[in-house]
Amino acid sequence: MHLNDTKGYKAFRIFNIITMILIVIVTFVPFINIIAQSFSSERFITAGEVFLLPRGFNIETYRAVLSNQRFWIHYRNTIVYAVVGTALAMFLTTLLAYVLAKPKTRLKGKGFWVGFSVFTMFFAGGIIPTYIVYNNTLNITNTMWSVVFPLALSIYNMLIMKAFFENLPPSLEEAASIDGMSTYGIFMKIVLPLSKPILATMTLFYAVAYWNAWFQAFMFLNDWTLFPVTLFLRNLISGATATGEAAAAEAGGAQIASNVRSVSMFLTVLPIICVYPFVQKYFVTGIMLGSVKE
Amino acid sequence: MELDSQTPGGTGTGPTGNNPETGIASAQGGVKDVEAYKEKLKQTQVSKWESTSKSLKKDWQLYTFLILPVIYLVIFQYLPMIGNVIAFRRFVPGGSMLGQDFVGLRYFEMFWNDRTFWRVFRNTFTIGGLTLLFNFPIPIIFALLLNEVKSMKFKRFVQTASYLPYFISMVIIAGMIMEMLSANGIINQMIQFFGGDSIIFLQRAEWFRTIYVASGVWQTTGWGAILYLAALTNIDPNLYEAAAIDGAGRLKQTWHVTIPGILPTIMTLLILNIGNFMNVGFEKVFLLYNPLTYETADVISTYLYRIGLGSANFSYATAIGLAQAVVGFVLVMSANLLSRKLTNRSLW
Repeated sequence: MHLNDTKGYKAFRIFNIITMILIVIVTFVPFINIIAQSFSSERFITAGEVFLLPRGFNIETYRAVLSNQRFWIHYRNTIVYAVVGTALAMFLTTLLAYVLAKPKTRLKGKGFWVGFSVFTMFFAGGIIPTYIVYNNTLNITNTMWSVVFPLALSIYNMLIMKAFFENLPPSLEEAASIDGMSTYGIFMKIVLPLSKPILATMTLFYAVAYWNAWFQAFMFLNDWTLFPVTLFLRNLISGATATGEAAAAEAGGAQIASNVRSVSMFLTVLPIICVYPFVQKYFVTGIMLGSVKE
Repeated sequence: MELDSQTPGGTGTGPTGNNPETGIASAQGGVKDVEAYKEKLKQTQVSKWESTSKSLKKDWQLYTFLILPVIYLVIFQYLPMIGNVIAFRRFVPGGSMLGQDFVGLRYFEMFWNDRTFWRVFRNTFTIGGLTLLFNFPIPIIFALLLNEVKSMKFKRFVQTASYLPYFISMVIIAGMIMEMLSANGIINQMIQFFGGDSIIFLQRAEWFRTIYVASGVWQTTGWGAILYLAALTNIDPNLYEAAAIDGAGRLKQTWHVTIPGILPTIMTLLILNIGNFMNVGFEKVFLLYNPLTYETADVISTYLYRIGLGSANFSYATAIGLAQAVVGFVLVMSANLLSRKLTNRSLW
């Protein structure tokens, strides 16, 4: 098949490989640069002499950040929000996806319920009314729930999962139903065990979303002890001189310098980079599962 | 006409059974026809209702699955939607979420006459347009190029590497952009290496769009290519062989086989992209802009955030947000309709 390739095509392939290598380099350089900075000494950073390798290698900043109790409070908050949020989100998403995957003949008014859910993807309440609902009506601002609830049901994820459920062979459920198994029983004992791949994918989707979220915390939380690490980082990056305890939190431990920023960024992104090579295939399968249906 | 044969317990005679004789009779028949139809309609409604309640009774466990997600959506999605009424009513902090008294379109007139609004509107439009122009086609090109890579291992490696940035928090992305663009960051190192003067990019309004779009390309190209790559693997290899036999070169094969093969995916994503056109990423702008770059960087969402939560003009900000949401909704709908008309493909 390669024999009849024209000269032009061969040249193209070489060019193509080079392009791909360049893309990979461009993708990684910012990360490598941050890692290099985090291990470099302040002097070389200010002089603009750190590129891809650390200069004046030291781990002083790591020591300072890691021994800063406040950093660990934020880190712990992030973990708690990610775990609680992901659990809640999986619960809601699975329920809705399962019921909406049922055919019209079983689920009366299916069209309405699908529309009711999907409409929220294209028309949202807006930032200010949302704030008022959280703050005045529900009164949950400045609690962890104001960070957990906003991301607890992604209709996009739900649709991917729905597509997966729709592709499960209906005969299994029918057989179990004839054997007298209840819908709950079928869901727990037959559907969920069959759906491990999609459940894994969705869990990862949500966990990453919670890990990365910062804006909800920024908008709804005042108490710095509740801040997730991303919000801590945001304040560090934008050099926000917030008043009171928040400022104390930032100033505590180490001086603010690009060194501290790099270290904090690296420590925040580290869990994602560590699990990424192992889980990325699930992300892709998840997206595929959702798209195959069309 | 078929209605009559099914109408139970009626007069038993339909217009057709009655008379071929007079026009009057057939006119009366027409009336009967309508009545029969109404009867039928009532019956189907009743039977629909009955079957629903029967299904509810028999299959109630299935319906319980709806309860919690629906409650969630009502509280966290539909309640804020209703909260939009404060765009028409004056909201008093601490008062009802539905506002105090009706002020009509006052807040809409306010932003119509607000010069800053038009500036942020223009910026939103420009940034959205540039994003569409670059972030939409580049993943397609990337997918096509990657598809030409023969080594599966290398292909997978490039793909995996390329969508890593998509999974990184916007805070980190913004932090990296700031580090890279700072006076002693790597971009300025390179400029200086080639003999130029360093530029404080993030304080220069004329650079903001470039930074926004370029970092967007960096972050989303790999992820954006996934769906295209999936579509590419689904193209029947026989089509390529047939094209090759017909004497089509690589380029022609791409044009006549590959592109049509991924066209449905392209259309779907184009609709979604056009629909999201006005939803310029709030987070990135918010993290990267500053008063020095407001001129080009400030967009509708950041502006309404500042006047809403910054200066507590809740109603005014809501009016802007509502207008933007409506425009966005209309955009998706029109894109969808247009696509259905032109290409027979649509999201729904």
